[in-house]
Amino acid sequence: MTSTETDSTSPSKPCLPIVENFSRRAAVKAGFATLGAGAFVAAISPLRQAAKNTSAAEFMQTHYTELSPEQKADVIARLEAETKEKYGADVTIGDDRPIPGTKFVYAINLSVCNGNGKCVEACHKENNHDRDTNQSYIRVIEMPKGTMDMEQGSTTYTGVVPKDDKFYLPVQCQQCDEPPCVDVCPVKATWKEEDGIVVVDYNWCIGCRYCEAACPYHARRFNWKKPEVPAAEVNPDQSYLSNRIRPVGVVEKCTYCLHRTRRGKLPACLEACPTGARVFGNILDKDSNIRWILENKRVYILKEELGTKPAFFYYFD
Amino acid sequence: MSSIPAKESHITSYPKFIGRSLWLATEGSFAFYAWMTMLTMLFLVGANAWANQVAGGMIGTNMTDQVSWGLYIANFTFMVGLAAGGVMMVIPAYLYHDRKMHDVVILGELLAIAAIVMCLLFVVADLGRPDRFWHMLPGIGKFNWPISMLTWDVIVLNGYLVLNLHICGYLLYMRFLGRKPNPTWYIPFVMLSIVWAISIHTVTAFLYCGLGGRPFWNTALLTPRFLASAFVSGPAFIIVAMVLIKRLTGIGGLDHPIATLTRIIRVTILINLLMVASELFTEFYTGGSHVSAAKYLFFGLHGKTALVPWTWTAIGLNITAALLFLWPGLLGFRWRPLLVAACCMAFVGAWIEKGMGLIVPGFIPSTLHEVVEYVPSQLEWKVTVGIWAFGLMVFTIAVKTALPTLKRPAEH
Repeated sequence: MTSTETDSTSPSKPCLPIVENFSRRAAVKAGFATLGAGAFVAAISPLRQAAKNTSAAEFMQTHYTELSPEQKADVIARLEAETKEKYGADVTIGDDRPIPGTKFVYAINLSVCNGNGKCVEACHKENNHDRDTNQSYIRVIEMPKGTMDMEQGSTTYTGVVPKDDKFYLPVQCQQCDEPPCVDVCPVKATWKEEDGIVVVDYNWCIGCRYCEAACPYHARRFNWKKPEVPAAEVNPDQSYLSNRIRPVGVVEKCTYCLHRTRRGKLPACLEACPTGARVFGNILDKDSNIRWILENKRVYILKEELGTKPAFFYYFD
Repeated sequence: MSSIPAKESHITSYPKFIGRSLWLATEGSFAFYAWMTMLTMLFLVGANAWANQVAGGMIGTNMTDQVSWGLYIANFTFMVGLAAGGVMMVIPAYLYHDRKMHDVVILGELLAIAAIVMCLLFVVADLGRPDRFWHMLPGIGKFNWPISMLTWDVIVLNGYLVLNLHICGYLLYMRFLGRKPNPTWYIPFVMLSIVWAISIHTVTAFLYCGLGGRPFWNTALLTPRFLASAFVSGPAFIIVAMVLIKRLTGIGGLDHPIATLTRIIRVTILINLLMVASELFTEFYTGGSHVSAAKYLFFGLHGKTALVPWTWTAIGLNITAALLFLWPGLLGFRWRPLLVAACCMAFVGAWIEKGMGLIVPGFIPSTLHEVVEYVPSQLEWKVTVGIWAFGLMVFTIAVKTALPTLKRPAEH
């Protein structure tokens, strides 16, 4: 703006015009400004409805890792009361922490899996997924024999399984040791716990879905709407970081059923599997079944070239 | 010259400057009021659609777990480019000391302000939980810096906004006070803003190309491509704005900047096309599984072809615009309508290419190779139009504030 140099030398030229009849114009402008502001408030009035669904305590809640034991107890009591109020179900929400000396890994025997999809269904029920959208953390891909190229697979197969020329590849969260989803989260709403499980604080996630874009295994799901689960179907055994009914607008994921596995049980998908294709356990336990499999079978992982280092293995007999 | 006494404190005179500017920016002809009323109405429609989206959940959009980003992030990406493209006025003005560019360079900076405001609005519109926006604020929230590229983007975008607000605010304020701007108070910031403009688009490209699981984005060429197309769309917008300003206000001295920007686009549009061609070559000549997203974009995949007409439209517009820009006559005063048409084509071409043509194929096929198509819902279009209307409102008001400065004949 070098032409400014001339300003000081030409004081006779006002650079902002003097507006006449100031007061009348001011009144008209103020009138329109008020009208505009009123229209704006009316336009965003649906927000009031949304605000009703969020309590002040929820709005102000800090990150899970920063809650004191007392605060955690308060939060959990509030969440249980809210579930009762919104879903009509009595639930208990635990705060299951990793068991020291545990690193959970999962393995699937592809020679045995026949694509029946019981795991998908069990996951849906166990984790209190929205009934309308029929969500699940597991996707089973029907693949032509002789290829590992998912391009040729189908997740929407129908008909009697197993088909002779196909094999079946169930995919869920691989609980990566280098999880891209955790790296990209702008608010640290998702992290990897000591037992290898990647979790989400549903009360901290802002819903940007960057983790969904980053995940190479399509393992994350977003709550596009408020989940609907009939009171009778709500699974009451819940955990804060796991299968409690998620709020709308946040991302969720498979937690290896930490509300079960951290209490010494097996994941719901494994229990539901009729073929015994699924194996789960603590890789740090030298005598565990999973350790034997990983040491003795021909094992491989999905998309190894991406360097995500999954804690989820596939093997053949 | 102004009503502010020389010794008055900035604390009182700066608000007076803002007030006078706002007053002036809301003065105008009947056409101006009609324009602003139309924008206000579109903005209100968008605000209402967004409020409904927040109340009802994002189920109102057509995004899915497979295509988890859509029209909002597409527009966000394009707007970052528009903001960065404004720098193509700053570079000739301050690095090459182009005097005539100096007089109008503020247009580029004001465009950057409006574009960044739109970027921020598009990001907010895309959030599932906008009420938790404060989780992103450093200090009270939890900022995943330096690991998350999104936190980098928050920093560079807001930094660029502040930089441009400072530069424009300072220059116009000095003009209001009738003083000569002190170069120490703005030249370092202008130089910084040049680097910063490059950085906003670099970081935004890194958002996508850093994702190993999305082969369509995972290319080092993404950043230079982003910059090249930004240096087409930004100048194209400013040329059209200057032609309009000249028409509507009769301000002189705009022909030289228009010619300079036309020469810039002449080069950048070809660089952009070259990079598109390089990328297509690597994709299609190599083949393999990485090509499926590009196949979907250009020819359709498994019978799904929603983006095909869009992408060929973009290519048609870009090539036609490039050919027009190559024609020397376009610099001539007589061919203004043709220049405006070429700019509009380049602008729309870049919008499709960098918006829907970049974001959506990143998700199709999905990481498990499902082909789930995406067509924006009416709600998404409403919100998008609303944000564009708001951005144009900001730009119009900003330009009106700067008009008295531009109106002064260039005296050197």
